[in-house]
Amino acid sequence: MKRFKFILQKEFKQIFRDKGMLPIIFLMPIMQLMVLSFAATFDVHNINMEIIDKDQSSLSQQLISKYASSSYFNILQNTPYDADNGESLQTGEAVIILEIPQDFEKNIIHHQPTQLSAKVDAIDGMSAGVSVNYAQSIIRDFQDNYLQEKGLLLKNGLKINISNLNWYNNSLNYKFYMVPGLLVLLVSMIGIFLTSMNIVKEKEIGTIEQLNVTPITKAEFIIGKLFPFWCIGMFVLSLGLSIAKLVFDIPIQGPLSIVFAFAMIYLLVVLGLGLIISTLSDTQQQSMFIAWFFMIVFVLLSGLFTPIENMPGWAQDLTLLNPVRYFIEIMRNVLLKGASWADVKMNFFIIGIYGIIINALAVLLYRKTN
Amino acid sequence: MDRLKGIIKKEFYHIFRDKRTLLILFGIPIVQIVLFGFAISTEIKEVKVALLNQSKEVSSHQLVNKILSTSYFKVDEILENEEAINTSFKKGRIKAAIVIPPHFEEDILKNKEAKVQIICDASDPNTGTQIGAFLEGQIQSFLYENAQKTFGSSPPIQINTEIQMRYNPELKSAYTFVPGLITIILMLICTMMTSIAITREIETGTMEVLLASPMHPSIIILGKVIPYLALSFSIAVFILFLGKFVFGVPILAHFGLITFEILLYCLVVLALGIFISTVAKTQQLALMISLFALFLPTMLLSGFIFPIHNMPLPLQMVTKVIPATYFNIIIKALMLKGATISEILKETLVLAGMFVVLVGVSIKRFNIRLG
Amino acid sequence: MEKIIESTELTKTFGDFTAVNKITFDVKKGEIFGFLGANGAGKSTAMRMLTGLLSPTSGAATVAGYDVFTEQEKIKKNIGYMSQKFSLYNDLTLMENITFYGGIYGLSNTQIKERGEKLIERLDLGNIKKKLLKEVPLGWKQKIAFSVATLHNPKVVFLDEPTGGVDPITRRQFWEMIYEKADQGMTVFVTTHYMDEAEYCHRISMMVHGEIHGYGTPKELKKEFNAQNMDEVFIHLARGDQYNLK
Repeated sequence: MKRFKFILQKEFKQIFRDKGMLPIIFLMPIMQLMVLSFAATFDVHNINMEIIDKDQSSLSQQLISKYASSSYFNILQNTPYDADNGESLQTGEAVIILEIPQDFEKNIIHHQPTQLSAKVDAIDGMSAGVSVNYAQSIIRDFQDNYLQEKGLLLKNGLKINISNLNWYNNSLNYKFYMVPGLLVLLVSMIGIFLTSMNIVKEKEIGTIEQLNVTPITKAEFIIGKLFPFWCIGMFVLSLGLSIAKLVFDIPIQGPLSIVFAFAMIYLLVVLGLGLIISTLSDTQQQSMFIAWFFMIVFVLLSGLFTPIENMPGWAQDLTLLNPVRYFIEIMRNVLLKGASWADVKMNFFIIGIYGIIINALAVLLYRKTN
Repeated sequence: MDRLKGIIKKEFYHIFRDKRTLLILFGIPIVQIVLFGFAISTEIKEVKVALLNQSKEVSSHQLVNKILSTSYFKVDEILENEEAINTSFKKGRIKAAIVIPPHFEEDILKNKEAKVQIICDASDPNTGTQIGAFLEGQIQSFLYENAQKTFGSSPPIQINTEIQMRYNPELKSAYTFVPGLITIILMLICTMMTSIAITREIETGTMEVLLASPMHPSIIILGKVIPYLALSFSIAVFILFLGKFVFGVPILAHFGLITFEILLYCLVVLALGIFISTVAKTQQLALMISLFALFLPTMLLSGFIFPIHNMPLPLQMVTKVIPATYFNIIIKALMLKGATISEILKETLVLAGMFVVLVGVSIKRFNIRLG
Repeated sequence: MEKIIESTELTKTFGDFTAVNKITFDVKKGEIFGFLGANGAGKSTAMRMLTGLLSPTSGAATVAGYDVFTEQEKIKKNIGYMSQKFSLYNDLTLMENITFYGGIYGLSNTQIKERGEKLIERLDLGNIKKKLLKEVPLGWKQKIAFSVATLHNPKVVFLDEPTGGVDPITRRQFWEMIYEKADQGMTVFVTTHYMDEAEYCHRISMMVHGEIHGYGTPKELKKEFNAQNMDEVFIHLARGDQYNLK
């Protein structure tokens, strides 16, 4: 194990001597966390809306003012007639065109059904669905208000008071949800990319051969390569968590020790995987693309951007093989819900087995003799 | 011209010799399309809920049956007490809990007014609130049906909304991700591959050999870039075909216009790759810059995953310097809206401008580096 | 005298191609053994098998008493190796490279310090001790690489084309260093295609197309092929090979 020390020494020196890489290793993830957390939001607001009010009545005005005062909508135009026949959807200016028909007020007063029409740019199906939901809820509100004002509410019907509670993220702050996940993504990316390029870089410059004729053991070699990046990973994670707390005010409900303990094992998995990629690649370019490929699959199947529960069964089964999934789960459960050791023991168990398999493979696949 | 051909040939050899990279370049779009198309869904279904029914009488069962009558919800756990709710959430299995209090039946019969509690896991606010709204809706329709049974009356006013989903009537997610994927993949190949290809030649010293030849540096760069242009273009066509024939995403605009815009975008991102190679000294650095400075921001800021209009204003400004933002608008308008050149003129001009600036700056930096 | 390398019909094939074909030779302790041949004759492949970097296909060989088939890691404890490509770390300083390789071969900190300083003094490199190796000229780098490869006093040191691209004066100094080590009892196994260097070796083997075609002291070889110098021996053998090909 004495040899191990010398490998560490060398790797650390090489990392800290590379002035081009240093800021990328330490600054980039932090900057990305700060910036991208603001971008990564499905919070829908400021939906650009065009209104064609063919009725021009006081009730139609009331409805429009409801839209205008909502933060979800941003009214671009409010015209009495359909001037351009949906042109603003075509150019991408408006996302919704809402048309209020003639006789809107008359029909309502006479208790006749009336029909609004909405044209929606549905290219982004998800956003379109959410926008329509909001648009309709405003119409429902309008309807309820009107009924209440006129005293038309059902008097003898049943009533159920529904209290709808939003646990774990009462303020519905999307960043609470995304920041922990993004942090996992950034730490994983740093880990897998740095390690996947490490061994293959020594292959490219030829120093690997010099190492292979030394009596160094394969395990010493792999651990020596892994450990420095493990430290970097833990450091970036700690830095990221501090930012999550100080900048984004992410609640930390559960014990952070769980997060760190998990990260210790998790990083071994990610870094081991990077080293395997590196061992099997011929050029840095190749290893980079392979690492990238894995990262994409991991991210898409991690539940970071879209909930795992929404996936079809086979895809949900696939996520069980994804280490990123388990870390994101731990982060969110511990930080937001205050999960305890007992709640997440399954995640530890799985990642532990993963770690043993991956690193055993990394040692086995690395060849000192061809 | 022959010299240019020589370099192009050599670069193609590099590309086709490295079978693994080539495989991955075509493999990434396929895997992404499969995952995005089949696995990634924002549609909520079969949400696991926990039920704490403290009443256990007829009307509470009626209510529960009504709530569970859709395919949206599935009872995962029947709870016995309130403490169990928290535990159940923390295990991360359920997304919502429904609590019916002990005197539900009595309240309904005597007071005509009862209470129900819906607790959602709002750590993911979108999913949380959506589930909450669905559950609420189910309870509302329970009441409505109840009222109809008792009074047989319909509500006094009725405002219906006819909704027309333009361009993507079935709200298929393929409609967003196929164009988005073209944007991202082209960026990856053109920028990353070229920046690496050039820095590799500098690192291994072969660049000096090339520069010492009687060829003009611009011919050398051009020769290195053209194969990647061809490769990217074929991958773009490949994705377009996958999108059209596997997911039925339409391609409405004129083929010539689409080709032109794809080539323009390729040129911009290629120029970006060249620019990176004038900044980065090693392959590793070029890779890391491409990856962190370009890939993640492009994916998150170009409107590929997250709509730009939701972002805070300063970030919206940032999205304006990303070429992918414009191409994303262009390619969606072309494929799905069948746009003509006049409708995307502004974006096209911005891309052209970016190309000119990037090439200009790169030439300047390249000269400094060599001189 | 004790034999430190013994090879009997050692063979390596890659698919249909036989890179090394049944080579039989031995190297005695303290000997400078030259391993000669044209480019692509199979020198490097043979050397990679002896150093444990490559598994042989058939035959038998031992290095320092250990089997090249089964005891590769034990061999590695007893040898030093300097590859064709400069393979110290360019982004580390001289002393850092010494510390690293010394540490890997299990030298103690005091040993590393002592031997490192002796090495620096011997090569008169005091002024570049703290410089990154990428700033050091090639000729110096080769001498440094040799010194580092022998830092742990291995029983055998393998040198793969150690003097490629180096000026005549540096080459001379390099061979002086080789003799010094041989005098101390270290066995030197060196591949080269400089025929004047072949004259410096105690014994040589001449490889042609994967086989050993000449084997003995330079004097014996010159006599055998009726040649003035090693150049002629080489050309004779290489040409014979061309006839064989036809």
